[in-house]
Amino acid sequence: MGLLDKKYHDSNIIIVPLENALNWARKSSLWYEQFGLACCAIEMMATAASHYDFDRFGILPRSSPRQADVMIVAGTVTMKMASRIERLYEQMSEPRYVISMGSCSNSGGPYWEHGYHVLKGVDKVIPVDVYVPGCPPRPEALLEGFLKLQERITNETVVESKPDGK
Amino acid sequence: MKSDALKSPEEIYEYLKASFDELLEYVPAELGQSWITVPPFSMKAVAKFLRDDPALRFNTLMCQSGVHYPDEDELGVTYHLHSTSHKHTLVLKVRVPIADPRVQSVEAIWKTADWHEREAWDLLGIVFDGHPNLKRILCPEGWEGHPLRKDYRQQETYLGVTTGA
Repeated sequence: MGLLDKKYHDSNIIIVPLENALNWARKSSLWYEQFGLACCAIEMMATAASHYDFDRFGILPRSSPRQADVMIVAGTVTMKMASRIERLYEQMSEPRYVISMGSCSNSGGPYWEHGYHVLKGVDKVIPVDVYVPGCPPRPEALLEGFLKLQERITNETVVESKPDGK
Repeated sequence: MKSDALKSPEEIYEYLKASFDELLEYVPAELGQSWITVPPFSMKAVAKFLRDDPALRFNTLMCQSGVHYPDEDELGVTYHLHSTSHKHTLVLKVRVPIADPRVQSVEAIWKTADWHEREAWDLLGIVFDGHPNLKRILCPEGWEGHPLRKDYRQQETYLGVTTGA
């Protein structure tokens, strides 16, 4: 943004394809829905805190799904929570993205075989854009997940819907 | 107060015998704490006595756990009590047949028992008579079966989503 400021310092007009402008705006202000389900949430909080600093990417926590662009499913999704997650996802406005953080929400994790109460992957109930592996993933890994998501948003077009969007 | 303090389970058992006669049974443990077995239908009276008697004053229910004994076809409840004034502890055990697993609730005696009894109902299917709100606490409403029973078989789907069974 600093570069842009300098480049267009003398005029207020920027000419850019709508698509690029939209994608740039979207990827630069990924507000995420603030809720954690298990130990992954601790790493998510660490990522948001000053040391790793989500904020420098324009990533901010929001307390309402209606204000959020991206949902980080950070932790073990129990069968009881699954329907709630689905409802929260439905309350988010388009365009909406989902980052599945950690083995539990990717596939059930350590509960994949004998955990009677755990959903075996959050993608059974909502579409997932980026999977971040790890148990739990370190903050760098979650940031990498966000960079992947930004990459994805950069390549979006206005006319076509997301390939796996609902 | 010092003379009342640190009563052993055996001493407490001898003390209780005066009021509950043949109902109770003292079981010395080879390892860990010895316990007193209580019949399920007199659990509440025993609990009230243990809490209110000036020589006992068990004012804290430290833990309440459910157990499944598959070999005996029985379920059990274990109570760990503590007296903060007399500094003594006691273990109580209740055994009920799995076909009719009814135990008197002690929710009215110790409020701690409220959620513990709901958990024992949820995961093991022990029915606590007299509990004001005996419904599942961990599993979702409408879940089938009691997951901590040894013969538990997980349902294949829940609300249309496969559970991985």
